[in-house]
Amino acid sequence: MPTVNLTVNGKAVSANVEARTLLVNLLREQLGLTGTHVGCDTSQCGACVVHVDGKSVKACTLLAVQANGSKVTTIEGLASGDKLHPMQEAFREHHGLQCGFCTPGMVMSAVCLAQNHPNLTEKDVREGLEGNLCRCTGYHNIVQAVLAGAQAMRR
Amino acid sequence: MSAPFDPNRNLANVSLRHVGKPLVRTDAPGKATGRTPYAGDYVMPGMLHAKVLRSPMPSARLVRLDVSKARALEGVALVLTARDLPDRLAPTDIPGQTGQTRLKTDQQILVRERVRYHGEPLALIAAESVDVAEKAMSLIDYDLEPWPGVFDPESAMRPGAPVVQGTDNIVARHAIGKGDIDAGFAAADMVVERTYRTQFIEHAFLEPEVGLAWVDENDVVNIRVSTQVIEHFRFIADAIGVPHNKVRIMGALVGGGFGGKEDITVEIYLALLAKHTGRPVRLEFTREDSFVGHGKRHPFILTYKTGVKRNGKITALDVRLVSDAGAYVFLSPYVLLYGAIAAPGPYLIENLKVDAVSVATNNMYTSAFRGFGSAQACVAYEQQMDEVAQAIGIDRLDLRRRNYLKTGEPTATGYRVPSAVWTERCADIAWQALGEKTPAKGAIRIGRGLAAYQQSYGRLTFLHDTSEAWVGVEVDGTVIVRSGVTDIGAGQASALAQIAIEVLGVNMENVVVYNSDSAVTPLAGTTTATRALYMTGNAARVAAEAVRGRLVARAAKAFGVPVDDVVLADNKVSALDRPDKAMSFADLVRLCATEGIQRSELAMFRAPFTDRLDPATGQGQAFADFTYGAHAIEVAVDTETGEVTVLKSVACHDVGQCINPAAVEGQIEGGAAQGQGYALSEEMIYREGRLMTPSLSEYLIPTAMDVPVVKSIILESRSGVGPFGAKGIGEPALTPVAPAIANAVADAIGRRIHDLPITPEKVVRALHGID
Repeated sequence: MPTVNLTVNGKAVSANVEARTLLVNLLREQLGLTGTHVGCDTSQCGACVVHVDGKSVKACTLLAVQANGSKVTTIEGLASGDKLHPMQEAFREHHGLQCGFCTPGMVMSAVCLAQNHPNLTEKDVREGLEGNLCRCTGYHNIVQAVLAGAQAMRR
Repeated sequence: MSAPFDPNRNLANVSLRHVGKPLVRTDAPGKATGRTPYAGDYVMPGMLHAKVLRSPMPSARLVRLDVSKARALEGVALVLTARDLPDRLAPTDIPGQTGQTRLKTDQQILVRERVRYHGEPLALIAAESVDVAEKAMSLIDYDLEPWPGVFDPESAMRPGAPVVQGTDNIVARHAIGKGDIDAGFAAADMVVERTYRTQFIEHAFLEPEVGLAWVDENDVVNIRVSTQVIEHFRFIADAIGVPHNKVRIMGALVGGGFGGKEDITVEIYLALLAKHTGRPVRLEFTREDSFVGHGKRHPFILTYKTGVKRNGKITALDVRLVSDAGAYVFLSPYVLLYGAIAAPGPYLIENLKVDAVSVATNNMYTSAFRGFGSAQACVAYEQQMDEVAQAIGIDRLDLRRRNYLKTGEPTATGYRVPSAVWTERCADIAWQALGEKTPAKGAIRIGRGLAAYQQSYGRLTFLHDTSEAWVGVEVDGTVIVRSGVTDIGAGQASALAQIAIEVLGVNMENVVVYNSDSAVTPLAGTTTATRALYMTGNAARVAAEAVRGRLVARAAKAFGVPVDDVVLADNKVSALDRPDKAMSFADLVRLCATEGIQRSELAMFRAPFTDRLDPATGQGQAFADFTYGAHAIEVAVDTETGEVTVLKSVACHDVGQCINPAAVEGQIEGGAAQGQGYALSEEMIYREGRLMTPSLSEYLIPTAMDVPVVKSIILESRSGVGPFGAKGIGEPALTPVAPAIANAVADAIGRRIHDLPITPEKVVRALHGID
């Protein structure tokens, strides 16, 4: 079994995986990081989005071995101690969640989106989140949360 | 029966501190940080992994099933087939009923001989890993012999049609008869008859079905599962042959339900595998398992014949409803009944006839889905109102105004609703709020539509529904709420917290809700039927008020003031106009504790108990109350591509009293998106019973790009039968959306597409006059 070495949420991690193990399975099953969710098997839903070397990636589309040597951040690594990341705070404050299953993926996608767009507009948010499905909220509060979170990140 | 709501009465001068405020829900922080454990996040040492082998054919005879190679594979702990199971069936009726005869709806747990739908389980596997379980699945040999099937309800009703199960394919019939239908049509100036069709719809909750089961030292089968209904423990126990007190269901925060986790999903498979292996077993459905593994929204064929006077007064309505129940009964009779009761919509129809029938086919079985038959009825009755208005040449809203059911008037079943009926107000406000019409441009046409509705909240009253909650206060002044209610994402638990602290005068950070455990939290019933807030919210309020009563009595004694002068607020106890009389809430609780005054209460709330409706006429009380409102839509239709874009979406609902306005808006916005999918893009396509759309790349739910900003206008009549006068909003939020969109599209292109979804292809065909 191949060994992968990566940095997950700031900590060095080494794990033996099968060549076909997906990054999301490594995170959830071997590393116990269950905040990253699996909602489909076809890379539609975006519940599994994490950051790999600063870019948002659907962790079900990447093999664990492909992430070898990378820095991975999951939803658990976003907050600093007890202090929520501004995007998490915005989702909490603006009711950008209901069942919460899509939330970690939404938050991770949103953080990347905010980093890549200095002047994020509502249209940017809707386009940027097209790969993250939500069945509860109708997206309205998610979009509001992302706009507020992006603004807070700039402060 | 309670007295009808008087809209002119003075509303109580209620001053609420927590209820009605958009507080951050108690479950929000855990969800935003990924710390919330969902049912799929639980693991146990020595855990096995399960898989379900399913039939690829919708109607067949199982002539051979050989699991010997699978059983011999290293790492396989158990393979179960129908032969290994005692002669037991999986019940599919509504749980928690008392004194009611169950419908004969039982389902084989695994296929014995006859396969009745695509996806019906043939075998269960438990193995050391998911990979081994999948390998074992591929080693199972079986032969299926095609068997004549029937795939649409109209064919299934014809003489000589293949019978899906039992003696014929009629699953249920309901009839409503009121007034004199013939006289009503005779008095009409015009009769308008149209048929509308709705499609199979998938819930597409983001979290597929999942659970973990283990047998403990008391031989109790414990199941941690994503479900709307922990009280299935009784039926699970019956299915595996153990006493009811030997199955314990623990929920978790549910990753979306919408009715799709109302029936049993993974529980019986897990219970059987855990019981037979003696080891913990985990089963997680893939998305494809989920698509073929739980019931869908019923397709309905709805034929409406309306008699109307030139002035717009409807004189008669004759409705025929046919629903496709699929291969097993599940909740089809109830969904059909909801559809029949909802058939006339929020209108006063004095001469009414409804004939409703649900028919078995070899399609996927159909069951609960947000709106539960009422949504399908609304798709028809609100399109029919526009068709009637057009036929007699009067304004669509005027026709509605001429016919709205008003406060105190009888519904289809002759029941006078006890609450305010604000349909007209909601419809007018929603319509006005669309504002200035977007101009048409080139190939783009603009259209507008409205749909009003009447939707029950709370279960059928002949089911004698009850709900329990326990509220207690700790000696440090914190509050505990315990209730079996499942939280499926709408903030059900958080609402109980808000209600308890409102009554007890403590703050949100001082309350914790423990919920969703069939063995240790008081049984609260299902989180379905828009009943959780109404039923469990009332139970929590009653329990909290009992605790408050004892605390206040003790405080009054301490202060030497009348009990009515004791004020509980902000974690403090004080006396009205007596600044010298005050103590902390915690001190009062400690005082009570030292004196042995009971600091907790278990309360049961009972919905109205009624008899069943008259079987011939459908008259009687069916529900405790209804929610009323309307949705208005503006669309742009590209006449070249047929694409429909929703430009404006305005909802106006009378929710009675918001407990948490942010949660109410969330329900409305989410309902608007689901309703848009229902109208425009979503369809589970079955070809000769086989599912053609088994993934989220074929079954298209709306994305952030598809849905517009939804404007939610919330009215509060404070007249509902829920806590503080609340009505329910979970299902109502969705109900009027699809017909409003259909009406807007018809308005834009001047032609009506009578079957959902309104795809670009259908729009283009309609524009070119192709049937």
